[in-house]
Amino acid sequence: MNILIQQGRIIDASQQIDRVADLYVTDGKIAAIGQAPAGFQADQTIDATGKWILPGLVDLCARLREPGSEYKATLSSELHAAMAGGVTSLACPPDTDPVLDEPGLVEMLKHRAKSQALAHVYPLGAVTRQLQGQLLTEMFALTEAGCVGFSQADAAIVDTQVLWRAFEYAASFGYTLFMRPEDPYLAKNGVAHDGEVASRLGLKGIPAAAESIALQTMIRVAQATGAKLHVARISTAESVALIRLAKQQGMAITADTTIQHLHLTEMDIGFFDSQVHLKPPLRTQRDREALRSGLLDGTLDAICSDHTPVDDDAKLLPFAESHAGASALELLLPLTLKWAVQAKLPLIEAMRKITHNPANILGVAAGSLQSGAVADVVIYNPEVEWRVDGRVLKSQGKNTPFVNHALTGKVVATLTQGNLVYQL
Amino acid sequence: MYNPQLNAQGQLQHLLSIEGLPKRLLIDILDTAESFVGVAEREVKKVPLLRGKTVCNIFFENSTRTRTTFEIAAKRLSADVLNLNVSTSSQSKGETILDTVNNLIAMHADMFVVRHQQSGAAHFIAQHVPPHISVINAGDGRHAHPTQGLLDVFTIRKYKPEMHNLRVAIVGDVLHSRVARSEIHALTTLGVPEIRVIAPRTLLPTDVEKLGVQVYHDMAQGLKDVDVVMMLRLQNERMAGALLPSTQEFFQTFGLTPERLALAKPDAIVMHPGPMNRGVEIDSAVADGKQSVILPQVTYGIAVRMAVMAILAGGNAA
Repeated sequence: MNILIQQGRIIDASQQIDRVADLYVTDGKIAAIGQAPAGFQADQTIDATGKWILPGLVDLCARLREPGSEYKATLSSELHAAMAGGVTSLACPPDTDPVLDEPGLVEMLKHRAKSQALAHVYPLGAVTRQLQGQLLTEMFALTEAGCVGFSQADAAIVDTQVLWRAFEYAASFGYTLFMRPEDPYLAKNGVAHDGEVASRLGLKGIPAAAESIALQTMIRVAQATGAKLHVARISTAESVALIRLAKQQGMAITADTTIQHLHLTEMDIGFFDSQVHLKPPLRTQRDREALRSGLLDGTLDAICSDHTPVDDDAKLLPFAESHAGASALELLLPLTLKWAVQAKLPLIEAMRKITHNPANILGVAAGSLQSGAVADVVIYNPEVEWRVDGRVLKSQGKNTPFVNHALTGKVVATLTQGNLVYQL
Repeated sequence: MYNPQLNAQGQLQHLLSIEGLPKRLLIDILDTAESFVGVAEREVKKVPLLRGKTVCNIFFENSTRTRTTFEIAAKRLSADVLNLNVSTSSQSKGETILDTVNNLIAMHADMFVVRHQQSGAAHFIAQHVPPHISVINAGDGRHAHPTQGLLDVFTIRKYKPEMHNLRVAIVGDVLHSRVARSEIHALTTLGVPEIRVIAPRTLLPTDVEKLGVQVYHDMAQGLKDVDVVMMLRLQNERMAGALLPSTQEFFQTFGLTPERLALAKPDAIVMHPGPMNRGVEIDSAVADGKQSVILPQVTYGIAVRMAVMAILAGGNAA
């Protein structure tokens, strides 16, 4: 099967390409850019004039809610949402029910995802059993079953002895640890950034220090044990500074933030809007600016969706009782590009944060249009203007804090492994 | 700016928080309350303003005192009153807050008085009621207790009408106090130039200065030359969370004793939202002393709640 995608603007950070050209796909792989390979006869031709041709996005954190929370979302609903958002590879954290701490569960998830033939699903196994922070999981067996790294999702490892050993053990095999730093005691019962807004609204705060204290510990433990640490979903200026320093000292550390934290602040809570109840909480404008500059100077490597579908009932509650999270797979790309425009960043550099870099962090072959690569391709119309409305999201989670935000550009087609699986 | 408490004409639709309430509306409530103070002294303690209306007290958190004052206020306005203690009924059976509210809407209630342990609960309910229903926040978590804030400034205005020339100190557990937040907003809206909070750091919210107050950790400094001392209730649970070592030490350091009160202006008044912990935040000699206006606060509380209900009913009828 040969597909020709004609005359689109190809933006591929992995090859430093940004030009209008034809893209040739053969048998599910990228065959060439520009010049047709010898003997290429297109079975299907897609006209991409005026459109952008992008590698499929790689998302470092998307919750699919399977197994265990099918009333919030299913593999099928969320993988279709991923296609609509141009996300063709995603890592899912282990906070399912049951927790992804046994090889059988991981195999089942991989198998069910594969049968959908939509996005590539890369599970992150639990670092500790039941995410309880006490006993290590069988990391080797979990890796054999398909895990690409290990995570505690939003749970902490309180016991630093266990943290140390988990890092040591993972380091023995070269596994990457995807850790969101948060001190569980300082964050206890907190639902918003501990600052002016939380004080006014009478919401229990989570201080910025809850993140930096845990991060400092993790960095120190990673340095001592030689573990590969990816710092996930950071929210504060202090964290950006700590990671910048670690990188300056030559540490092989990577980090991401979420698309929500790149655009919103604590002020967006307004009058207790539960759609803006997120974990970690939205911080101050100063923190948001620090995250943005961290991305610009390379301190932060990636932007993730932190996709968390929540059912309507769980958001129809007073702020602190509502479930945290935002449905974001379908917004990651246009919101990243919106930031690029605001920050006057070349598109290719913005794309790098959601394709090439996260693929490298996961250690998977994705997020690239190099010849020979799997043909995960997104065709994007950069002209169309629209406003976010949760009700029209493909995701079963209609929960978005971006309601009514004006966006420019939409995915018009998505190919995975050379198959056209989504068309607007 | 969008204000969920006001309707399109700028009239009061709900009373959810003092924050964001225009000064003219606040003055309007206080002036209306003034006219209701006399009602209680009449032989027939009733006016017919809410005749035929149903006021529903929905208390998700127990409180006999506040519920009773709202009940009296509604009855003096000739309303029918329905009391619902949700903490002991439906919620324990798994009914959601919206289920409860929708049931009461179906019973044709006209006004909801709501207390809930979560900050923002009153806003949440106000967002989900039809436009002919008004919601009064009778205390939501740590966020707001606007009628308490109003009755406090009403009391201050009675004793110290020169609001532009006052120094007010709020003492105690500001962190967990919806009363303190409402008092601060009411006082700043009315133009009180100096508001102090006196408490240990563990009982003050982060960035409390941004609410427009000055912070003191020492009673002797904080009480010096103030006109009004507003005490806050200290919950016993606070000892459990490592916020304070003991009630005794709290009384030693932040309790209002006659000696400490002597540092304030000689004609300073002492207030407390009740119920009081004698010997924890306040000495009995002060609570029952001649500078205490704690009982008048309760009396005025009914007039203020009548005023809020009357204005809401009038706004909705118009």
